[in-house]
Amino acid sequence: MNALAARTNTTPGTAQGPPPRRRTALVPTVTLLLGALYCLLPVAWVVIAATKSGRELFSTFTFLPGSGFADNLRDLNTYRDGVYWRWMGNSALYAGLGALLSTAVSACGGYALAVYRFRGRETVFNILLAGVLMPPVILAVPQYLLLAEADLTDSYVSVLLPLVLSPYGVYLSRIYAAAAVPADVVEAGRMDGAGEWRIFTRVALPMMVPGLVTVFLFQFVAVWNNFLLPYIMLSDDEKFPITLGLYTLLEQGANTPALYTLVITGAFLAVVPLIALFLVVQRFWSLDLLSGAVKS
Amino acid sequence: MPNTKRVRLVATSVAVALGAGALAGCGSSGGDSGTDSGPVSLTYWSWAPGMDKVVDLWNEGPGKKERITVTVKKQASGDTLVTKILTAHKAKKAPDLVQAEYQALPTLVSNDALADISKDVGDAKGRFAEGVWQQTTLGTDAVYAVPQDIGPMMFYYRADLFEKYGLEVPTTWDEFAQTARDLKKKDPDKALTTFSANDSGLFAGLAQQAGARWWTTSGDRWKVAVDDAATRKVATFWGGLVKEGAIDNQPMYTPAWNKALNTGKQIAWVSAVWAPGTLTTAAPDTQGKWAMAPLPQWSASENVTGSWGGSSTAVTTDSRHKAAAAKFAAWLNTDGTALNALAKESGIYPASTSAQLSGAFLNPPEYFANQADFYTRAAEIAKTTAPSAWGPNVNVAYTSFKDAFGAAAKNRSDFVAALNTVQEDTVADMEKQGFEVVR
Repeated sequence: MNALAARTNTTPGTAQGPPPRRRTALVPTVTLLLGALYCLLPVAWVVIAATKSGRELFSTFTFLPGSGFADNLRDLNTYRDGVYWRWMGNSALYAGLGALLSTAVSACGGYALAVYRFRGRETVFNILLAGVLMPPVILAVPQYLLLAEADLTDSYVSVLLPLVLSPYGVYLSRIYAAAAVPADVVEAGRMDGAGEWRIFTRVALPMMVPGLVTVFLFQFVAVWNNFLLPYIMLSDDEKFPITLGLYTLLEQGANTPALYTLVITGAFLAVVPLIALFLVVQRFWSLDLLSGAVKS
Repeated sequence: MPNTKRVRLVATSVAVALGAGALAGCGSSGGDSGTDSGPVSLTYWSWAPGMDKVVDLWNEGPGKKERITVTVKKQASGDTLVTKILTAHKAKKAPDLVQAEYQALPTLVSNDALADISKDVGDAKGRFAEGVWQQTTLGTDAVYAVPQDIGPMMFYYRADLFEKYGLEVPTTWDEFAQTARDLKKKDPDKALTTFSANDSGLFAGLAQQAGARWWTTSGDRWKVAVDDAATRKVATFWGGLVKEGAIDNQPMYTPAWNKALNTGKQIAWVSAVWAPGTLTTAAPDTQGKWAMAPLPQWSASENVTGSWGGSSTAVTTDSRHKAAAAKFAAWLNTDGTALNALAKESGIYPASTSAQLSGAFLNPPEYFANQADFYTRAAEIAKTTAPSAWGPNVNVAYTSFKDAFGAAAKNRSDFVAALNTVQEDTVADMEKQGFEVVR
């Protein structure tokens, strides 16, 4: 990071001279390549293992593609009348709607904390910070007991509701709003007679989009991979998200073999929407802090 | 607050220990008088594949007549399910029926999650071997579950490779050790089997065969004997084999282990009656080359085995229709049609003695097509199952086992020291939970 910043700082000064020679920094490049390898190897394993039939799975060379992908897909499709796709749909609902709601709440909360000064603002923010440090896992059981009081367990709402308030999302939104929405712009809006809500939705929100996209993606991935909360909340496997569904395929009791090929193929297919989402949403990221409204 | 919890736990543990009517009392007070008036709808948490199809038989048959409808909600098996049941029970929202492994029953009972159904299961007791039934009563007059499947332990070996290396099927553990050494001498690349520190249930079964009784009660206090003489004997035996390198020390149920079985690097497996299912996926290339024999014995005159796995159907205290739920549990695990369907759809080995030789068990499993009398022998072995003694924190002991024995197996170090650790951890946890433990 530092090296990068230093270089961009010096570039304008040397604009007249010959372009600086691009030196490939060997150590960082190798480190990054190793890191990429470390991250991509398991993905490659899943992709290749998904093509193997049950017979090939543990007997052929690990990175040798198998011949069973079509069969695996068909088995997964027909397993209990295609319940896999139901799980996939549930996951999309939990992750999509959950991330959307949570982004909306984060945007409102983060904006309010960044722009308005009110009594107890820092207290609220500090409590949120504490919430960021609290792993959501340990909240699952108390949340279950709370929702049980309201008779909401084993429903879609029981999984969505605890996700709506994301301390990390609010935190990120506040930081982002503080940086991207200049007080001058808000003030200018007020001068022109716009209401607070109008300023927020028409002026501030567009400026916050790149930050909110980040919040949305983080939340989407977190919910998509979430396990314990739905595990505790749901008992009806028609409402299970994909993580839980695949887990039931693995743990079928000692006397039934784990359905490895189905689980691996299922895990592979479950990664595809995430990759697609990142590719689609990525472009909103390219907007950066430079696209602000106030020139300094 | 900590004090009240302690008192409650002590109270329930005492009730379990004494087999007092205390739990029975609160179990049947849940208002099951309404079973005859109006239709009843029950939910059932089970992990067995195809259980919904078996339950359909009930819903269209006897259940329709009695107006009791059961809905299966498929769950994942294991210790996490026990936690889930207990969490749901805390909110008074546990399902009417749950599938529970035998070793989980004391945990569930000491948390007051399971109802006493002794009055509602009729003559079910006579359908099961005594040692199996005793696990559902916890040695009291109450009945907390109906046995569903069992996992009597057996010895599986590659018949073709035993012949190739001139090995005899061991009938005692001494012979077993000798067989392991002989094989190493003939082919250092191969191993008879492995000691898996990941599978606490396997070790518990082996200890059970040797006569261990890990949890017992004396008066109103628990006695924990994970390190008793019988278990020490088992630990010393396996620790010795691992230390001298006669067998492997890598865990089971890993891709590497699958490969070792599939390629004949490991040529035997101490397992239970459900092994054919596991071998089908773990070692598909060796189908028809395996054979099954009784577990080796500690002395030639004995004939006992342990058990690994197996589960039961229990009714929770949260159920508002306990009698109806118990009726279903009894039907599911004693009725011929139901057991046949369970065998076919879920691949279970029934606890009910009469079902062990009927229907689906007339022919050997496909993987063992070469051993025509597979299930006849299995039923004989099942009869020799030693009684087991489970306590209220088996999960803690199992976790401690994995850690302590995992390290010991990896370093090929002292297994008895690891066993002491498990004992200490188990006792410490029980005391922390508020149980009175004899030191």
